[in-house]
Amino acid sequence: MDLLRFITCGSVDDGKSTLIGRLLYDSDSVSLDILAALESRGAAQGNVDLALLTDGLKAEREQGITIDVAYKYFTTPRRKFIITDAPGHVQYTRNMVTGASNADLAIVLVDARHGVIEQTRRHSIIAALLGIKHFVLAVNKMDLVGYDENVFNKIVADYQDITKLLKLTDVTPIPMSALQGDNIVRRSEHMTWYTGPNLLEHLEAVPGAEETKAEPRFQVQYVVRPQTAELPDYRGYAGQIQSGSYRRGDKVHVLPSGLESTIEAIEINQKEVEEAVAPQGVIIRLTDDVDISRGDTIVPAHYVPHLTRELEATLCWMAETPLRAGRRFLLQHHAALVKASLPSILYRLDVQSLTHLGAEEARLNDIVRVRLKTAVPLAADIYRQNRKSGSFILVDEQTGNTVAAGLIEAVDPDYFTVAEPGAVAFSI
Amino acid sequence: MPTLDYLDRLEAEAIHILREVAGQFERPALLFSGGKDSIVLTRLAEKAFRPGKFPFPLVHVDTGHNFPEVLAFRDALAAQLGEKLVVRKVEDTIKQKGLQDPTGKYPSRNPLQTYTLLDVIEEFEFDACIGGARRDEEKARAKERIFSVRDDFGQWDPKRQRPELWNIYNGKIQKGENVRVFPISNWTELDVWNYIRRENIALPEIYFAHERQCVVLPGGQLLGLTEHLHLDADDEIVSRQVRFRTVGDATCTAAVASDASTVEDIIADIIQAKVSERGATRLDDTISETGMEDRKRNGYF
Repeated sequence: MDLLRFITCGSVDDGKSTLIGRLLYDSDSVSLDILAALESRGAAQGNVDLALLTDGLKAEREQGITIDVAYKYFTTPRRKFIITDAPGHVQYTRNMVTGASNADLAIVLVDARHGVIEQTRRHSIIAALLGIKHFVLAVNKMDLVGYDENVFNKIVADYQDITKLLKLTDVTPIPMSALQGDNIVRRSEHMTWYTGPNLLEHLEAVPGAEETKAEPRFQVQYVVRPQTAELPDYRGYAGQIQSGSYRRGDKVHVLPSGLESTIEAIEINQKEVEEAVAPQGVIIRLTDDVDISRGDTIVPAHYVPHLTRELEATLCWMAETPLRAGRRFLLQHHAALVKASLPSILYRLDVQSLTHLGAEEARLNDIVRVRLKTAVPLAADIYRQNRKSGSFILVDEQTGNTVAAGLIEAVDPDYFTVAEPGAVAFSI
Repeated sequence: MPTLDYLDRLEAEAIHILREVAGQFERPALLFSGGKDSIVLTRLAEKAFRPGKFPFPLVHVDTGHNFPEVLAFRDALAAQLGEKLVVRKVEDTIKQKGLQDPTGKYPSRNPLQTYTLLDVIEEFEFDACIGGARRDEEKARAKERIFSVRDDFGQWDPKRQRPELWNIYNGKIQKGENVRVFPISNWTELDVWNYIRRENIALPEIYFAHERQCVVLPGGQLLGLTEHLHLDADDEIVSRQVRFRTVGDATCTAAVASDASTVEDIIADIIQAKVSERGATRLDDTISETGMEDRKRNGYF
């Protein structure tokens, strides 16, 4: 049994909460006491409101909308699922970026009555930007359009524009009614014209995270030094394999220092193993006594990443105070924390059309392309090639708050954006 | 190439989080109740840090209403691990601060734990406290971050949480603030039990079916008989085969009738029973529909 993380994107009115409620309810993942609490609240309306299953906080219950990212879990005999529920409200790009950062698949919800709307584009663009490979186009509320095949086909055809624009390679359209339970966990009797999988069948079959296919990356999180009578000289580099695999005997480079050594042992739970793969947590020991500390990268000699103090990145700005060029930050590249400055904002990305707009500043929820300089070289990858080593956050030095999500776009000045907005195609 | 199943992935995520705590903070602590979730955390800490020592002590806030079997287990496990155990008692906080010990029939000290917890954080200047809370326990928890920043009063503000992206955890805090860290946020009760089975983790006896004197509550729930309950003459006392699903304050942690005497039985029980853990056994969450959220805002774990 493996694990799949997916995000649901849609607005309050697309029936997103009902869809999640339906998945939990029909897969028997709702406990009886929670059902009882729901039924007591839904009693006035005469039925259970499935949306209440995902409606977590007091403030939200008062406003009647979801305002933050929430996580829900369910398990079938084939898979454990982690659902990230990100709100669909226009101003909450920040939450959607957060939710999408960890997802393997995105369910893009469309109301069958309204078809592909602005928000559908926006959600698809953000999901693709964050590197999600698998998409479900969930055409919901089919019951309200008489389960009409033509309505579904028109929406699927309309979505083609987005598929092409974003070069999506895996989009599975499914007609459904979350409220009635059509094609969620059970095949719909109302839409015999649809012969594809229902939603759960598809979620069970889609490939999960594929970190092992990327180049090997490992960052030291913590140095284990017991300094006991039995182990006076033991030095183990504890960390998580971010991508790819590592083998005992691999010749490695340590970055940023550039020192070379060989993997003497890979330990998992105090046992030596021949090979370990992402995302396993391991301790690596090297044959040489080199100076290595938290944040350093250990990579096999033939897979050394670019070492850079200058990079170009896409940011999602997440703070109330606007971003202006010239600011300084702490840049957290996983276990590496370095000082950074932001000399220029190159352009703002219109998440509706993918066009580049001139930008003096970035406001909350804006997505901008920027240039960054770091005080210490980073062992960085391009986000499209590696979602782990290609990602970072910016931290405000004063408040300690996370103010931006960063996706590395270029690490080599030869590939930096030179011209004005519009001249360079935005690619995902 | 090794293939990883979902428990391997959950385990890897938790180990990564524990190591981030070790790497980012100067004085972390692992809050340890002797309950199954915190026992699982100690196993994960072994996997994260052995052959080294844990980079944090185990800290127990003892309500004074604990099950004696659990306290004995706590002490034995700390000794076996060879790790430092710090115990601070709610009893002492009540005396020092002149607080009102809860009265009534089922006098839960859970609300008072907050004071003792904040005191112990201040005493040792802990900057991060690792806990075994899971997002599936309660709706308010479903939205809490893995690194959850608290102000100097321990308060949680759901609207001011830091966005948490990829597996990058931001532990930057200002003086007076501290972080609560939840490495098994993404585990469900069933995941925890499956992991206990796979890893062959020992637990206190009270998790398994045993004969116990219980008070029958008006709602039909069973409460283990202890000296801390203030019973009425007409309360019904019965002897039942029961087990506990959580091991909190004995005055508000109900037992469930069960014959499950092994981990296998319990897993079968959970799959069958389908009553959520807190729903089954925690009386203090039913006080108001938003019980947990209100207490978290006030600094509860």
